[in-house]
Order: sequence, then structure tokens, then C-alpha cells
Amino acid sequence: MAEIIQTTTARPQRVPVDPVTLDIIENALRNARYEMDEVLFRTALSPGIREQHDEFPLIGDPEGRMVVGQFGLSIPALLDRYEGTIEDGDVLLTSDPYSCDGAISHANDWLVVMPIYVEGRIVGWASMFGHMSDVGGKTVCSMPTDARTIFEEGVVIPPFKLYHRGQLNEDALRIVLNQVRQPDWNRADLNGIVAACRTAARRIQELCARFGADTYVSALDALLDRNYQAMKALLTTVFEDGETISFSDYICDDGVGFGPYKLTLSLTRTGEKVLLDFTGSSPQSPGPINYYLNENLARMFFGIYMITVADPQILWNDGFYPLIDVHIPEKSFWKPDFPAALNARNHGVGRIFDLFGGLLGQKNPDLLNAAGFSSSPHFMYSGTYEDGERAGEWFQLYSIGFGGIPGRPIGDGPDGHSLWPSFVNIPCEYLESYYPLRIERWETVPDTGGAGLHRGGNGVDVAYRFLQPGTIAIHDDRWLTYPWGVNGGEPGARGRKWIDRADGSREILPSKVHDVHVGKGDVLHFVTWGGGGWGDPLARDPELVALEVRRGLVSADGARRYGVVLREGAVDAAATGELRGSLRAGRPAKPPVFNMGPPLAEILANCEAETGLPTPRVPA
Amino acid sequence: MSYRLGVDVGGTFTDILLIDEDSGRSFRAKTSSTPHDQSVGVLTGIGKVCAAASTSLESIGQVMHGTTVATNAILEGKGAKVGLVTTAGFRQVLQIARSFVPGGLAGWIIWPKPEPLAALEHTVEAIERIGADGEIVTPLDEDDIRVKLRGLRADGIQALAVSLINSYVDGAHEARIAAIAAEELPGVPVSVSSKVLPELREYERTITSVANGYVQPQVARYLDNMMRKLDKRLYILRSDGGLASAPAAAANPVSMLLSGPAGGVSGAVWAAAQAGYTDLLTFDMGGTSTDVALVQAGVPRIGRETRVGDLTVRSSSVDVRTVGAGGGSIAHVPALTRALRVGPQSAGADPGPAAYGKGGREPTVTDANVVLGYLPGELAGGEISLDRDASRTAVAGIAEAMGLPSVEAAAAGIVDIVNENMFGALRLVSVQQGYDPRDFALVAFGGAGPLHANALGRLTGAWPVIIPPSPGVLCAYGDATTSLRDEAARTYIRRFSELTDGELRAIFEELAEAAASTVEAEGAARDEQTVTYQVDIRYHGQGFEISVPAGIAAFDGEGGGLKALGAAFDAEHERLFSFLLKNEHELVSVRAAVSGPRPHVAAVTLAQGTEDPAAALRTTTTVYVGGEQTRANVYDRGKLLAGNVVAGPAVVTEMDSTTLVLPGHAATVHPSGSLLIRPVAEEA
Repeated sequence: MAEIIQTTTARPQRVPVDPVTLDIIENALRNARYEMDEVLFRTALSPGIREQHDEFPLIGDPEGRMVVGQFGLSIPALLDRYEGTIEDGDVLLTSDPYSCDGAISHANDWLVVMPIYVEGRIVGWASMFGHMSDVGGKTVCSMPTDARTIFEEGVVIPPFKLYHRGQLNEDALRIVLNQVRQPDWNRADLNGIVAACRTAARRIQELCARFGADTYVSALDALLDRNYQAMKALLTTVFEDGETISFSDYICDDGVGFGPYKLTLSLTRTGEKVLLDFTGSSPQSPGPINYYLNENLARMFFGIYMITVADPQILWNDGFYPLIDVHIPEKSFWKPDFPAALNARNHGVGRIFDLFGGLLGQKNPDLLNAAGFSSSPHFMYSGTYEDGERAGEWFQLYSIGFGGIPGRPIGDGPDGHSLWPSFVNIPCEYLESYYPLRIERWETVPDTGGAGLHRGGNGVDVAYRFLQPGTIAIHDDRWLTYPWGVNGGEPGARGRKWIDRADGSREILPSKVHDVHVGKGDVLHFVTWGGGGWGDPLARDPELVALEVRRGLVSADGARRYGVVLREGAVDAAATGELRGSLRAGRPAKPPVFNMGPPLAEILANCEAETGLPTPRVPA
Repeated sequence: MSYRLGVDVGGTFTDILLIDEDSGRSFRAKTSSTPHDQSVGVLTGIGKVCAAASTSLESIGQVMHGTTVATNAILEGKGAKVGLVTTAGFRQVLQIARSFVPGGLAGWIIWPKPEPLAALEHTVEAIERIGADGEIVTPLDEDDIRVKLRGLRADGIQALAVSLINSYVDGAHEARIAAIAAEELPGVPVSVSSKVLPELREYERTITSVANGYVQPQVARYLDNMMRKLDKRLYILRSDGGLASAPAAAANPVSMLLSGPAGGVSGAVWAAAQAGYTDLLTFDMGGTSTDVALVQAGVPRIGRETRVGDLTVRSSSVDVRTVGAGGGSIAHVPALTRALRVGPQSAGADPGPAAYGKGGREPTVTDANVVLGYLPGELAGGEISLDRDASRTAVAGIAEAMGLPSVEAAAAGIVDIVNENMFGALRLVSVQQGYDPRDFALVAFGGAGPLHANALGRLTGAWPVIIPPSPGVLCAYGDATTSLRDEAARTYIRRFSELTDGELRAIFEELAEAAASTVEAEGAARDEQTVTYQVDIRYHGQGFEISVPAGIAAFDGEGGGLKALGAAFDAEHERLFSFLLKNEHELVSVRAAVSGPRPHVAAVTLAQGTEDPAAALRTTTTVYVGGEQTRANVYDRGKLLAGNVVAGPAVVTEMDSTTLVLPGHAATVHPSGSLLIRPVAEEA
């Protein structure tokens, strides 16, 4: 248990805060949080952070509750396990998910936590984590798809003082950086994260100087209470007392031959509280897909979904957490036993979006989106230049792919976009000038978005031609189960990957694989999945369908899924009417809310024929 | 006698300012803007101002113009139908964009994705490929692209953009396609990405080229109309605050998207200089939004990005940050959280604030100011009279929703929140760039700026707060007092170990020559020109660059130049981010900017008075400040004399603006006509 050293032990006085000051502090906290992002983006070296923005900031209150941010760090739990003092100027670093209740969920994420002091006492906490491209271990980028324990996933840093009273622990950092393949990246990114946290601390100290620390801290209480009250009102209007709703989705496989993994989430309201229960989900995997889910993160996801539509400007915080109980069964996919492997948890993190959407959408039509691009598929490429002016130089790429946002109540899902906030793609020209590859195609694939009144976004085909030999790794999913449609919308297409070898042969790749050798001239097609459709495709304006055919987003054949027949590119009204009539006649009067595609048994039976990949075995 | 003429076209009014270059005497004309064809209003106004000065069009030497034609085309979605040529495999470069979805974790649920500026059905692929090293991987298939361009002609496109992968390294294929387009699409302007923006990052280069094409036909038509009357005397203010001849502007209109705001910043710089201040935060508050910028030693900070509405392009512009906070911003209270939100929704000019009596019911910032007694009975010299009861009714809704004790308390809350939003924008250009706002003066203008300026001075600590004379026509002043400018740039990515002083010096000289000859052709002789150099540097491997100025004299062939650049970069990095890395420095791009002489315009000098402003007292009124009603004097700005001191609380009115002086503060009238507001305690 950490011993917190404060020269002033008097607790902050609770004082009344007028509503306008409250809104001003809320606004200032939001600005501070975005400024943290900015500092890191501008100074980071690894493409994952500097180009793609794979990082998460947080500012906490004196007790460590999040007042702005978007991850589920439990500072009290971290401090409970930390043996030592906490003083002004200290900065803690950890990458061990098992040490912080899964606030970070794999060892690639480096988490920095620092106390914010004003006049000798703690007024808050600044924290941020970022995905390091490489943290050592047996595979480049440290994410072996066949890992069975966390010990195979690189250096795992227990919580320790990177800075003690402002003084850097050079030796410890040197030991850590000696484990990784690109130490200058990690050093710069870590510097950026610390600078971002210090920026946040400075902003909070300025707020305390302006309004007084008592007012500041009291305002945080009021902001937390604002979330609490809003959520309390929402829960009773949205969910019926005593009713349980439930939703299940899947992770297709675990990288070591088992799948699909069932993920189940249920919700029951009892009085003013709600229980989120993950019972019914598959047990933990022997492979690396386990997602060690922090209870607070589950609460946060739930809250964000619930409130975003009601007041988009509200500041997220932990205030409503007492209203939400979370039950995660031990030894399950969501809470594996140490030392289970965790590196490929990005599929679980992403599928949370679909899981909450499918669950909450049942009670709130504004939230009933189809299944989206609920992942952040990874592509890695590394090697040593064989020839040319960089001969002998090491190169290492980690990048994230994007796909189809689902059809939504407000409209079509964007094609080839990110479901994650902040993330952006790495420009082709950047990749080509820093890595030995050429990108021959970067386009969305027509018809991969599910048909619907609001079409699902298309997945993307990126074709990489390799100009130097090396190895690649892929972390993806949704190659087997479908991104589902809703309210009559159809599922989106599944993802696929293959290599066209320079010798003319074609090799289909599984969705999770590493250490695949590639030679000069080989071309990898990394095709991501589409978003599901929303609403009845037969109700979509035929002219819009025709326009999308001209745009190459839907094929002429694909237009028939909307019951639209084209003749020389124009809508054939008569034939369209006829086709729509016959399609309507051949389907049930009222479509099911969710269209998950064929039954799972059928999907499994056709697996090899449809995907070219072996059928995974049922998880033990 | 010779005259210069400044022209600023706003949404409602067009301001014309005629300055006698010898005496500094100025004449103003205000006329209604003519949105369907702005040149009509402008030419009417020029006629009016010439009549007022008893002179003729012929005696005007130069017409300087900040225009919003390009901006409006984008904001209103009324630009040209643009065709786009990409490299095969990249047709959807604008559809995919950077895959970015704004907002938080659930932001994707509520984000309406804007349509690409060049429609996908008007985008064709060229069979060609150039490698990152300039190697021609696939030669251009000319026959194929010719057929596709004919298809675009059949589609009726009005402008063409050509943006191929890696063209920033070698633009040969783009140039060839432009030549074929000249044959197949005669009369259709072509924006070539390697000319518009020779920089790495295909999406940014493409969208910038497409934006150029999107606004080009409208800009060309407008400038043609103007040139028919004004011929070679017409100059356009670019987003970066420099002037360009009308033909140069028409060729590269994406460089003038922020022409209007740049004029305001230039005017603020000019007015503040007259009062003796050169380190400034500028604060331009209008009806729907507020623009802020930072000026150091009389030079506005230039940013590499230009943002208009949803659109961000890579084009140099005065680093103006915009927030959706203005007089028309609407206050509301979401039922669920009972928080007070102001904006970004705006009542605009129509129906406008409830006080305008044009059917607006929702409470706006202007209504809050009316309730608090800060605004006189009428605005714009009597064109708009204010309905106080309507304002009270509108703001009362907020008081009720928040459970506040009075309408005044709600109005004060609305003003506090909107001030805070604008403070956020000022922090973006100051604190977040490592500048302490207390080292700057705050120049407030725009219709609503002077009303909120004192409060923002208090929030930022930037004193004095300067209210220039005629804050409503400051843009026209800026237009009339700025200088010719051109910039040449090149992306040149090299680690410092791969570079020599001599190599970089040669690039500087080549770029300077290119810009200098443009400026010379536009009328500024070489011996009147000043050249400045800038380079963008980063640590090798970083994704963002920092711009630092370069002194060419240091490039002596001994490595002194590179060393100085490295040191300047480190100093900036330390200032911005508080740490340094051991990684090697890397040059990213090089720029040379050439300016003509700043025109001499004599300033106005007010007659000297005493400290007592009683002669300008118009009336007294009741204002609500600091939680209570109190009496305040109302002064007529036109009657104030140099040296008068207006003690707060006070309201100073003039035709196009109203200034509020808060209790504990006083405004001193500077001989140049500016009001300088400072806390009273500080002066003591």
C-alpha cells in the first residue's frame, strides 16, 4: 500500500460552487485533456502513436476517480498494490496489466501516473498510456499470435518510480530500454507521455490558482455528481425494473486454433442500480486473445453509450460508477488467470462496441447501430535492408487498419473509417518514404458494407508490395462470424488476407499470424471487413443506389440486394419495382432486430470452403 | 494626389476605406453587401467613397482587398464541380480521407460525414506510378487518361485537380496530364498538386488541390469583374497576410481562404503599432464566431494549415483559431445534465437574437448583453433597434431551467461561459504554444469584440486591452496598409548528416529568387524587398515539424548555418514540450518569403484633451456587473479626446461597435484614437 506524502494534511474544504464556475472548470478540464493528446502526437516517434494516435489520457480527482478522459484506470487499486511513497514530482510507470486491474490490457501499453500537488497536497492525478510499437520478446512488435503466457510478450514493467521527486531513474530506464528493438521510439514516446501528464498537472495547478484549490476540488465533486444524477435519471427511464436484457457476439479464433469465443453481456436494473454481467462468456483462451477487462472500463463504455446521445458536450467522468455493478467471472475471456497471454486483446476491446450496441440498442433506438468496424487490426512488417543505400539498416512497421463504420440511425456508415476516436491512417507516401514497400491499392471494396436503408461502410483493401525481404504479422478478426445488420439491414462482408507471391502463387493467410516470410515483389492484400446495414434495404432511394454504383461503392450486382435494377447505369424503374415486390414477398413481414448471417453451425460447416482456412476447434 | 483603397466585404456590409497616402486622411463608405455578386457592392462602395473624397477612380493608385468569396464558396457548398485525377488504386483518397472520426468513444454514432469536395463519380484514375525515390515504376498511359478526361468533360466538370502519388518528388506525370487536360478540357482550370502543395502526404495534398479548383471559377469570375474597372491596380490579401496581384491570386485561390480574417489581423497590427504595441493577441468577435491570433514583434504567427468549416487544407495562413462563439451564439440547458451550454449553434443574422425582433426566440449572447444593459438601444448606427423585453423573455428561460434567482444572473452566466469559450481559443494560440498571454496586449475588434474585451483582458492578463478606432472597419484598414508578399517552398527531407551548409544555401537562394521575381513583377523593386527564410525541422522519426527562422548569413560553408538551425529547433522544442531528444535533426521543408515595403499611411491624431471625459458624456444607464445593478456613464466615442480617461463601469458607443469598461478598470484615449483599457490598480 502506497504511503502518500503531503506536507499539508488538511483535506480540501468543500465549498459551494456556482453553476457557471462549474461549467467553466468542466470546459478547462476538457481543454487540458485535448492538450495532452497534442503534446504527445507532436513529440512521439513511433508511427503507432505519432501517426495513428494509439494513446489514452486521463485526469483524476484527489481520490483518483477519473474526471476527464477515456480509460478505466483504478488509481486506488494501483496504489493499494504499490509498496512505497508517493511524493511531489514522482512519476510512476508500469506496463503490467496484472498490477493495475487491467487499466492497461497488454504489455505494449505503457502507463504513466503522476500526482498533482498544490501547496503540499494532492489535488488530482494525471495519467496517460500509449501503445509502444515494440517492447521486446520473441516477435517483432511483441505480439506473438501463439503466445500462451505473458512472459512471451516482452518486458513487463511493474509499477515503479520513473521519476522520484523530479529526478529520472536513469538506470531503471536503461534496463527497460535494453529489452526493446527500437529504444529511441520508446524513449521519445515515453518522454511525450510524461510531458503530456506534466502539461495536465500545470493546467490543474493554474485552475487551482485561479479559483482556489477548495473550489476546484468541490467543482470536481459537483461534476462527478452531475454524471451520477444524469445517469440515475437515464437508467430509470430506459430500463424496466427487474427485466434482464442480454446480447452475445463472437471473437472468431484465438490464434492457436480454437474458436469462436462467445462473448455475452447481460443487464438487469434493480431499483436505481444496474448490473452488467459477463456471465455466459467463454472461458479464458490458451492463446493471446484474452481481454483482461477493468470493471471501470466496462462502466465507462456503458456510460458513454448512454449519455452521448443525450448531451454530447458532457464531460465523461466516474461519477455514475456507484450506480453500476459489474460482474466478470474469474478465469473467463474477460478475466484470465495470471500469467495468461494478453497481447492480442484488441479484438475483445473492439468487440465491446458491438456488444454494448447490441445490448443497449434493444432499449434505445438511437443507439441501435449495426455491428461496426469493432477492432483495430494490426499489420507489422520488419526486416533488414538487403541492398540499396540503406543496406544493413533495420526497419520495423506497426500500423492499424480501418474498415466499415456500421449503418446508423443518423445515416450511412462511413467507408474505411475508424471506430476509435483520434485514430488516423498512416499516409501511403509516408509509408513509402520510410519503409521498403509500395502501396498498389488503397480502396474500399464495393458491397462489403451491409445493405440497408442506411448502408454499412465498406471495408478497405490495402495492397502492399514488399521491396525488401522481411517478415510480417497480422492481428485481425471477423473472418468467420459476420458484422451483423439491424432492423432489416444485412450483415457486412468478412475480412480476408492473402499474399500474391512474386512467383504467381497465392497464399491465404489466417487472421492472426506472425513470422510470415515475405520476399521482394510479393504483394499482401489486407482486406478489412464492412459494417452491417441498418434498416430495410428495399426502402433505400434507388437513385442513391445508382449513384453509389457510379461511385464504385456498390456494384451493379450488389444493387440487386437493394432490389434495384440498373440499365446502362440508370435505374430501371419497372424492373426495380418488380424485383422489390418479389423480394418483399419472399421474406418475413417483420425482420428480426438482428441479422447475424447464417447460423453458427452452418458458418462452421462452410468455413474451409468459404474462407480457405481450417475450421477452428471449439474452445476447451 | 494619390490614394490607396482598402475593401472588406462582410456578410452584411461592405466597408470601403480610402486613404490619402500623403496626409493619412481617410474617407469611409459603408454599403450593403451583394452576396450574389460581391463585385457589385464593392464597385458601388468605391463610387461612394470617391464621391465623398471628391476624387475619381483614376486617382487611386492601389486597391487592396480582403475577400470572402473563396471562403463563402466552401462554407455554403457552392463551389465548382471538380473532377479529380488520382493514381490507379487511389481513387477513393478523399472518400477514405485520414479514416478519422471526430469526437469521443461514441463519436462515430453521431458524426455526419461530409461529402468529399470532389465527387467520387468525377474521380478517375491515371495508369502511372512514381516511386518514393522518384523512379518511374509505371509510365503514364496517355491514351487511357485522355479518354477518361473526355468522360469528365461529358460530366460537365468546371475545374480539374490532378494529384498523383509521390508527385511531391517528381511532378512530371501531373504536368503531362495537365497538358492533355488543356487539350481535352479547354477553358477548365487545372490545379496540379505538385504546384499547389509540393509536400508529402497524399490526402492533404489532394484535398488542398481540390479545394483550389473548387473555389477557382468563382474567384476568377469575381476578380474579372473587379479588374474590368480596376485593371492592374487590384491586389488581394492572402491568408498569410501578404498581398498578391489579382491574377496571381486567381491562379492559386486556396491561398486566400482566410483573406478576410488576415485583413483583420493586419489591421490590428497597424492600429496597435500606432499606440505603441507590437506583441499582440488579436480578438475578432462577430455574430457567429470569433477569430483569435498571436502577433510577435508586429509579425503574425503563420500556421501551415487553413481551416474553413469542416475543411482543413495545407496552406500557409495567419494562425487564426476560430471558435463558434459570437453575438448570435445560442444558450441552452440540456434537460439531463442541467449544464449551461452556449453555442456552437447560432441564430446567425436571420432570425438573429431575440432582441432584433425578427422572429428569433432563442436566447443569444447579444440578448444576454442587452439584459445586462451593456448595449445601447440601437446598433449599426440605427439600422437595428433592440427589443429589451424580447431579450428578457428569452433569457428568462435559461434562468428557469438552471434554477437561477434572476434573469440578470442567467445573462451574466451566458456572458461568462461565452467569454470562457473565447478564452479557450486565446489559450490555444498563447499558453499552448508556450507563450504567456501576460506578455501581450489584447486587440479587440469585430462587431462584438469591444463588448467582451475587458473581461477577456481579465481572464488572460493581457494588458492593455486595445480597442482600435472604428473596430468594425479594421479589416479594410489592414487591407490598405499591408505589403506585397510571396513565398516559395520546397519539401526537402534530409537528416542533418546528409546535408551541407552550401546545399541549403543554394536552395534558399533559388527559392528567394523565385519569390522575389514574383514580387518584382507585381510592382515592388528588388531594392525595396525584404527576404526572410524559414525551415521546418523535426527529430528524425517525428511526425510533426517545428518552423524556425533561418539567417542566411550563418551559412558560411563551415557548418555554422546548420548548427544554428539545430540550436533554434532545440530551443523551440524545449519551450513547447519541456524536453529534448538525442535523435538527429531532420530538415523537412524550406521556405523563402519576400515582402515589398509596407506602405506609409499617416495616422490620425486626436486633439489633446484633459483626463476628464465629461464633454463626451451622452447619458447614464443601469448595468449589471459583479452580481449587482449599478449606474454607468455612456460616452460618445466620436467626442472623446486624447488623454481622456473613462473610468469603469462605463459604456462607450460609436456607429459600428460598443465598448464595455468594467468596474476597477479605466480606458485611456490614445492620440491615435485607440482606447487602452487597464486595471486601475495596475496604473496606480
